[in-house]
Amino acid sequence: MFIRLATKSLLNRKGSVLLTIMAMSVSIFVLLGVEHIRSQTKESFNSTVSGVDLIVGARTGSLNLLLYSVFRIGAPTNNIDWETYQSISNNPKVAWTIPISLGDSHKGYRVMGTTTDYFNYFSYGKKRQLSFSKGKPFAEVFDVVLGSQVAKKLGYSLGEEIVLAHGLGSTSFSLHRNNPFKVTGILATTGTPVDQTVHVSLEGIEAIHRNWQPDVTMPGSSSTNKPLHPLELEPEKITAFMLGLTSRMATFRIQRDINNYSKEPLSAILPGVALSELWQMMGLLENTLRLIAGLILISAVLGLSAMMLASIKEREREIQLLRVIGAPAFYLFLLIELEALLISFISMLLGTAGLYLSLIITRDLLSSNFGLHIGLNILSVNNTLFLLLVAVSTMIAAAIPSLTVYKVAHRGG
Amino acid sequence: MAIQLKDVHFAYPEAPLNNVLNIKNWSVSDCEQVFVHGPSGGGKSTLLNLLSGMLNVSSGEVTVLGERLDRMNARQRDRFRANHVGTIFQQFNLIPYLGAVDNIQLARQFAKKNTQSAASDEIKSLLSTFHIPQSDWQKPVAKLSIGQQQRIAIARAMINKPEILIADEPTSSLDQKNRDNFMSELLTLVAEHNITLLFVSHDMSLANHFSRIEALSEINLTAEKN
Repeated sequence: MFIRLATKSLLNRKGSVLLTIMAMSVSIFVLLGVEHIRSQTKESFNSTVSGVDLIVGARTGSLNLLLYSVFRIGAPTNNIDWETYQSISNNPKVAWTIPISLGDSHKGYRVMGTTTDYFNYFSYGKKRQLSFSKGKPFAEVFDVVLGSQVAKKLGYSLGEEIVLAHGLGSTSFSLHRNNPFKVTGILATTGTPVDQTVHVSLEGIEAIHRNWQPDVTMPGSSSTNKPLHPLELEPEKITAFMLGLTSRMATFRIQRDINNYSKEPLSAILPGVALSELWQMMGLLENTLRLIAGLILISAVLGLSAMMLASIKEREREIQLLRVIGAPAFYLFLLIELEALLISFISMLLGTAGLYLSLIITRDLLSSNFGLHIGLNILSVNNTLFLLLVAVSTMIAAAIPSLTVYKVAHRGG
Repeated sequence: MAIQLKDVHFAYPEAPLNNVLNIKNWSVSDCEQVFVHGPSGGGKSTLLNLLSGMLNVSSGEVTVLGERLDRMNARQRDRFRANHVGTIFQQFNLIPYLGAVDNIQLARQFAKKNTQSAASDEIKSLLSTFHIPQSDWQKPVAKLSIGQQQRIAIARAMINKPEILIADEPTSSLDQKNRDNFMSELLTLVAEHNITLLFVSHDMSLANHFSRIEALSEINLTAEKN
């Protein structure tokens, strides 16, 4: 009967109740949406690289090294010698290495020279390995493997020939026109910068730069047609490399050894540590988003409280009547609280359902346009806590009208 | 003695010096039907609120059905009112958006007497007694006629089998025909169930239904002074 009275009373005031529900639903939608996207972004950010124990590059800051080696952002400060790479990878504690050679691009997408070990050892997310949606790893010097975004955006398919550009601009004029590459594989979507990378072999990088002069296309010159043997194309320098250890216990020792490497200045970073350092820099943005969501919630809850308070005026006689038939003042207090909670629960349902629906609708859009991979599990621990917080703040805000009713009832007369 | 007031003083807390009620000694015996008349502003509703336990006296003794209301706390008075005192007003006797059955059910739940299942049968037979057609039981009472609403109001006041019934200008919003019906139904019911009736009205033409007629100005000494 108690709940029945509350629901019928709300139904009796459809207009204002409906508007309040809408306002609250929108704010819950924003609150949950912001939190969801924030946590998903963080997760996908933190899962850009996993299973790599150290990243080694020329002496530089750890963020810089992380940015260019993993996120393909910014430019490397310096290269490292092939011999240095060789000597470190021959260390018995090093299980595997992935060399990285950067500096070229294709229509704005970065080109990364590496070895097939990249496809075997590099992993992202929860130790997930790269997999091919089409084709296979590069085998020949002029083979290329595309990230899923590159293939999708540029519309490439297997067997197509592409020309790489020297430098990083998307409209570079210095093209490696003599040496077109053939697409042999397209990687499956990972939601990491891998999707936006063009992968070629180190030999390929070496081949297009050997004896290369920008924009000099001699008539009759045919450097491409001369078959190149991979062994002849051992690179002199690479940009950086990732490595995995046989035992993680040795991580810090190897890191120290690399940092103290005598023949050239090197930096070795732990990707996990560097990632969290980087994310901390975004902490301000993160907190701002949360603050905004919180303020929106507060305003919605206050709106609810104001609506309830206004309704008390027009319900004075109803309250009086309930008192006359024996309702204790506390019953009326609870009645108003219950009405507020009902509004809040309906709003939670609508807000959550709305968010879920819009995620389903915009999921493909977000992933293809922004490379943002948003999961559908809205009700994370955090969001469940937020919903609880909404319920609690509703009760606190509704205490204002509830106490008013209590006082009116208690005064009697 | 159903009602006994002794040296009752009452002032609202907002204006403690302004005595609204000052009753030396006034009583109503069991099953008595009393007609009280007086101008509005004479402390009429205050008196009724004291008797139903909505308000408590500033000083003095209020004994209803042998219980000292002035010694009870607010919660006890609420329960006492739900169990023993039925009230009918001129209007707004029912929650307008609830149906007849729900309104009566609501009144029931504040008294703790019978079980829930017995209640719904009771409510139905009560509504039949008051000639409310079954098709109107679930409709919001605001959609029913004033006459029907007042009859449902009696049913609502009667559901907890109160020993005392307070009627505060219950006929003022009714036309002549409805008023006569209402009065006869009310009086029959009161006689049948041995209920003490306190009927307050300014309509002296209703006074002939009652054996005892009281002027509020004679009960309340404050009002006399003004």
